[in-house]
Amino acid sequence: MTDISQTPDTTPVAKPKGSLFDKDARTKRRNAAEGRFKLYGIAAIGIGLLMLVVLVTKIVTAGTGAFQQSFLELSVELKEDKLDKKGNRNIEDIKKVSTFGYAPLISAALEAEVQKLGIQTDLKPKGMGKILSKATQADLRNYVIANPDEIGNTVSFRFLVNSRVDGYMKGRVTRESIANDKSISVPQLDLVDQLRDAGVLYKTFNPDFIFGSDASDQRPEAAGIGVSMLGSLFMMLVVLALALPIGVAASIYLEEFAPQNRLTDIIEVNISNLAAVPSIVFGILGLAVFINYMHLPTSAPLVGGLVLTLMTLPTIIISTRASLKAVPPSIRDAALGVGASKMQSVFHHVLPLAAPGILTGTIIGLAQALGETAPLLLIGMVGFIASNPPDGIVAGFLSPNSAMPAQIYEWSKRADPAFYERAWGGIIILLIFLVTMNTIAVILRRRFERRW
Amino acid sequence: MNDMTRVERTVDSKAIKIAANDVQVHYGDTHAIKDVNVEIEDKTVTAFIGPSGCGKSTFLRCLNRMNDTIDICRVTGDILLDGEDIYDKRVDPVQLRAKVGMVFQKPNPFPKSIYDNVAYGPRIHGLAKNKAELDELVEKSLRRGAIWDEVKDRLDAPGTGLSGGQQQRLCIARAVATEPEVLLMDEPCSALDPIATAQVEELIDDLRKRYSVVIVTHSMQQAARVSQKTAFFHLGNLVEFGETGQIFTNPEDPRTESYITGRIG
Repeated sequence: MTDISQTPDTTPVAKPKGSLFDKDARTKRRNAAEGRFKLYGIAAIGIGLLMLVVLVTKIVTAGTGAFQQSFLELSVELKEDKLDKKGNRNIEDIKKVSTFGYAPLISAALEAEVQKLGIQTDLKPKGMGKILSKATQADLRNYVIANPDEIGNTVSFRFLVNSRVDGYMKGRVTRESIANDKSISVPQLDLVDQLRDAGVLYKTFNPDFIFGSDASDQRPEAAGIGVSMLGSLFMMLVVLALALPIGVAASIYLEEFAPQNRLTDIIEVNISNLAAVPSIVFGILGLAVFINYMHLPTSAPLVGGLVLTLMTLPTIIISTRASLKAVPPSIRDAALGVGASKMQSVFHHVLPLAAPGILTGTIIGLAQALGETAPLLLIGMVGFIASNPPDGIVAGFLSPNSAMPAQIYEWSKRADPAFYERAWGGIIILLIFLVTMNTIAVILRRRFERRW
Repeated sequence: MNDMTRVERTVDSKAIKIAANDVQVHYGDTHAIKDVNVEIEDKTVTAFIGPSGCGKSTFLRCLNRMNDTIDICRVTGDILLDGEDIYDKRVDPVQLRAKVGMVFQKPNPFPKSIYDNVAYGPRIHGLAKNKAELDELVEKSLRRGAIWDEVKDRLDAPGTGLSGGQQQRLCIARAVATEPEVLLMDEPCSALDPIATAQVEELIDDLRKRYSVVIVTHSMQQAARVSQKTAFFHLGNLVEFGETGQIFTNPEDPRTESYITGRIG
C-alpha cells in the first residue's frame, strides 16, 4: 500500500470527452467503414445469386425441350406377305426380314393417312417418309418380333419424327434456317403443318429420354440417358462399397489409434494433397493400373468406379476425421474410465456420434464422383455409345457403358443441334440427382446433430 | 467394551490400498511429478489439494493409467494396488480401470438413456447374467449415486438432459456400477452449484464405507469437509501428507501453511 502512495500519478485527469450525442470523427469513420463492408458483402452475395439465377434459367430453358418429343400417329397394316411369307409365325423367319422390309409398310401407311386427311402435297411417298425418324423401321420391327401374332392386323402406332421436324415443332428450325439443309425441305414442313393441324402429329412427354438408350449420330430424336444412368448407378455402387469402408477404417485408425509420429504426419499431409490432385490424374492412373496392368475391361463401370473410389477416398477420410475430432474427448474419457477398451470406446460411443458427419461426407463425396467426367475420358467411358442396357448385374459392372456426365459430354460433341438440346436435358437430370443427394446430406446433418 | 476395542482397531489398522513409490511423470521435457511417495488407505477419502498446475490431477490419472492415452506422457516408479504394480507389463489397463473407477471434472454422461449410461459398464464387463440382474444392478448403482429417486420414472430419458449436479451423480453411479475398489474423482464439484456440491459431498462421505475414494479439489473447505487424509502438492512435489485435521490446523511445512492461509495459490 505504501509503495503506491510514494509514486503519485502525475498525468492530469482526462477531460470530459464531449457529448455522447455527437459522434466524433473517429466513430464516424469506423461506422462508415463498417457500412461499406456490409455493402461489399451484399454485393458479393448478389453477384453470386445472379449467376445462379442465370445458370438455372439457361439450363431450364435450354433443357426442358429434351423431355418432349414429336410423334406421328399412323395405322400400319402389317402385311403377312411382306413380313412372314411362309405364314407359320416362326420367329426365326420373321427375324430374317430386315428393317428395309418394313420401310414400304410405313410409307404406305403415311400415304394412306395423308389421303385420308385430304392433305394436298406434291411430295412423293418417299419424300413424305423423310419426315419420320430413321429409327421408326427398327422400332416397328422390334414390335413385330415381340408380338408376331399381330401380323396381318392393322396396328395404330406412334412413330418418332425426324429431329428436324421435331425442331420445327419446338421452334428451333424455321423455314428460313433450312435453306441449305438437305435433310428437310419446305414442302415437307408444309406437310408437317397440315398433319399437326389434323392432330396426328403432336408434341408430348417423352419417357424414352429418361429411361431409353443412346442412339447414333443419325437419330438424335431416339437418344436417351437411361443406359448411362445405369452406368452411373453401377459406378456409385462400386464407390460406395469400396470408399466408405476403406475411408472410415483409415480415418478411425489415423484419428484414434495411430501414434503421433513423423510417418503419420506424412500420411496425413499426403491425404490432404491427394484431395487436391486433379481428377484427370486419377483417370490416367486408372488407365495404367486397372486397364493396362490388371487388364480389366475398357469402358466398364467397375473400372470407372475404382477410379472414382481413388478420387473420393480423400474426401471421405478428411470429413470422417473431422467428424471424429468433433466428438468431445470427455466421451472417450468416460468410456475408458468405466473400463472400456479403446476399440469399445470408439465403436460404442465415438463412431455413433460421428456417424451423421461421416454419412454427410460420404454423400457429398458420392455426389462429386457422380458429376466427374475427366477420369472417365481416359478409361473409355466417354465416346462409348450406350445403345443397349446391360443384361444383368454382372454385365452391369463389366460390360462397357457410359455415365451420365460422360453422356452429356458426348452429346455436346455431336454435330446435330438436336443433341445440344439433349445435353442440356441431361444436365437437368444430373443436377436433380446432385441436388437430391446434397439435400439428403443436409437433412441428415440437421436431424442427427447432437449437442453436448 | 469388547466391541469398542474392535471398532477402534479396525479404524486404526486400515489396509493400504494404493502405495506409490518414487513416482515420476514426464510430459515430453516437462517433469510434472517429482518423487511422489504416498500411501492411500482403504475405505478412506483422501484429498489432493494444491495450486493449479501442481500435478495433482496428473498424479490422480496415473492411478488408473488414464495417462496412457497421452502419447508424450511417461511414468516411472511403482504404483502398487493391493501390492501389485499397475505399471507392470502384464497389467492390462482396461482391466485396471474396471477396478479403479473415475469421475471427471466435467459431468460427461454418454448421450444415451440414463439406464444405458449406468448399464454400459456392467454390460461390457459381463457383470449381469440377465436383464433382471442388470435392472437390479442399475437400481443399486443409481441409489448409491443418490439419484435414484429423481430419475426412477424416466430411466429412458437421455442422460444429457439432466441438470449439472444430477449428471455428475449419474456419472458417479455409472462409475460405481462396475463395482470398483477405488474411486478417483477429479474435481467432481468444480462445475456444480453449492446445492449440487453439497449433495455430491454427502454422497462421497457415504461411498467411503465401501470404496477407497481419492478426490482432487481446489476447494480447501471441501477437502476439510469430506476427507480423512490430505495430500498437498506444489510444483510437482508432494509437500505434505497426513491426517486432514492436522494438515489444516497444524501443517508442518511452511508452503502448506502459506497455501491454506491463502498466501500462495
